[in-house]
Amino acid sequence: MDITWYLVLSALIFAVGVAGVLLRRSPLVILLCLELMLNGGNLALLAFSRSLGNEEGQVFALIVMVVAACEVVVGLGLIVAAYRRRIPLNVDELRSLRG
Amino acid sequence: MKEVAFFAGAIGALGGAIAVIALRNPFYSVLALIVHLISLAGLFLLLQGEFLAAAQIVVYAGAVMVLYVFVAAYVGNVDEPLWEPIPGQRFIAPLLGVALFVELGIAIIGSGLKSLESEGPTVDLGFGSPESIGELLLERFLIAFEAASLLLLVAAVGAVVLAGRKRAS
Repeated sequence: MDITWYLVLSALIFAVGVAGVLLRRSPLVILLCLELMLNGGNLALLAFSRSLGNEEGQVFALIVMVVAACEVVVGLGLIVAAYRRRIPLNVDELRSLRG
Repeated sequence: MKEVAFFAGAIGALGGAIAVIALRNPFYSVLALIVHLISLAGLFLLLQGEFLAAAQIVVYAGAVMVLYVFVAAYVGNVDEPLWEPIPGQRFIAPLLGVALFVELGIAIIGSGLKSLESEGPTVDLGFGSPESIGELLLERFLIAFEAASLLLLVAAVGAVVLAGRKRAS
């Protein structure tokens, strides 16, 4: 398979993630959509790593996975904290930081 | 043979991704994301990223998704109100997604790079194996590796502070 196929697929996954972030209003689902975008990026990194015959892209993808894990931990911590304080889990209502 | 594997993985990954944003129950969205991640691990194998495919399944589809499942079950079904702060958000959001995809597609196909129109160079058998990735990680990318470990530590402490019980005060 040509590398272009993988890149187009990764662009498609990224676009689906972006549409999800814009569309959904539950913070949990928005975090899931962020995962989709990170995975689209990972697929592109691996595709380029294969295309160049160089493993450095795979190390990058591994670091992206670490960052994604951190993001999940902090994001889920925020969601649990908001749920405990009876704050509505809806990003349209979580706007006290808006100017 | 590779084509069949690619399209099976692509359909799984794309179907999982669309199911994540289309299903209304967050719990089902999490399960759809697991399908997506496992299909993506198959695609990583096709791209000779053996170690990353294994890490994807063990770390992502295993550990991270268990965390998601726990939180989705704990928070329960959050019903999304029909009220939209931005009128027409339901139609504009997918439109923007399609626009972004078209833009990225033009960037990829219009780049005209010759190397993208092949399967890539032939690589030796150890490409993407734990040995070679580990060697790179501990030699060339040692600083990134240490920074990642520090980041994980900070994130773990942050999660405990954020989600921990309120102190009696």
